[in-house]
Amino acid sequence: MSIAWNAFTPASALIGGAIIGTAAALFAVLNGRIAGISGILGGLMRPQTGDISWRIAFVAGLVAAPLAWGLLAALPEIRVDASYLALAAAGVLVGVGTRYGGGCTSGHGVCGVSRASPRSIAATLAFMAAGSATVYVARHLIAP
Amino acid sequence: MYTAASFAAGLIFGLGLLVAGMANPAKVLGFLDLAGAWDPSLALVMAGAIAVGAGAFALMKKWTRTLLGAPVLLPGPRRIDRKLILGSLVFGVGWGLAGICPGPALVLAGAGSAKGLVFLAAMIAGNGAFEFFEKKKGVAPGPAPMRSS
Repeated sequence: MSIAWNAFTPASALIGGAIIGTAAALFAVLNGRIAGISGILGGLMRPQTGDISWRIAFVAGLVAAPLAWGLLAALPEIRVDASYLALAAAGVLVGVGTRYGGGCTSGHGVCGVSRASPRSIAATLAFMAAGSATVYVARHLIAP
Repeated sequence: MYTAASFAAGLIFGLGLLVAGMANPAKVLGFLDLAGAWDPSLALVMAGAIAVGAGAFALMKKWTRTLLGAPVLLPGPRRIDRKLILGSLVFGVGWGLAGICPGPALVLAGAGSAKGLVFLAAMIAGNGAFEFFEKKKGVAPGPAPMRSS
């Protein structure tokens, strides 16, 4: 392992993380829920009366973030290297996996770990390990 | 009021993802690439988010109602089961292929990224597949609920 010091952005990472944590905290102290994006989105698949508008509003907020940002400044770099085929496969895996696993990077990784939930810590270790293993296979075994 | 709070939380969350670099799939993959030139930034994103989140969740530990009077609906302790681990592993493989997880997928869609939109559409199809399999597995649907009034 070597550290890519030129790519390392500690200040924006910490500040961005704190902003993410603030959003999750606000959502919890105001609405009493976990800011788990896969669950919020997935819940729209079986809509129940009175349980729809807050989900749509949260999703709309996420979609609006780059638009709001774009009004004030140029968007930061967004680089997607994966092919369309890989993205389609990856999307399906993320869509299925997060629902069976009951959460994603936000619900388990941020909120669950913040609450010291053993389930979320286990889930976070599992998806981090699988993610690193996948990148290892793709970058160092298949196309080194 | 809850809807407005939801929108604000989603917006702030999305801005945080943009500031943090989580909305840049190339950077996410740089973090997951432990054997290559490793970019540790996202560990600090997690640290920053958890530091703030842990404070809030500790504060509301004994709450039954939120500041807006909503019931606190946080999950209680549950077992670590195979579904949790297998699901998370499958999610991790998808995350490692694309460098995109659900929050950034929505941010990328808002940014007008064609690749982000393809990922999001596939992810929603994956959600649909989950619902389909769960419904199939579940007990036969009972009689339609009676409508009062």
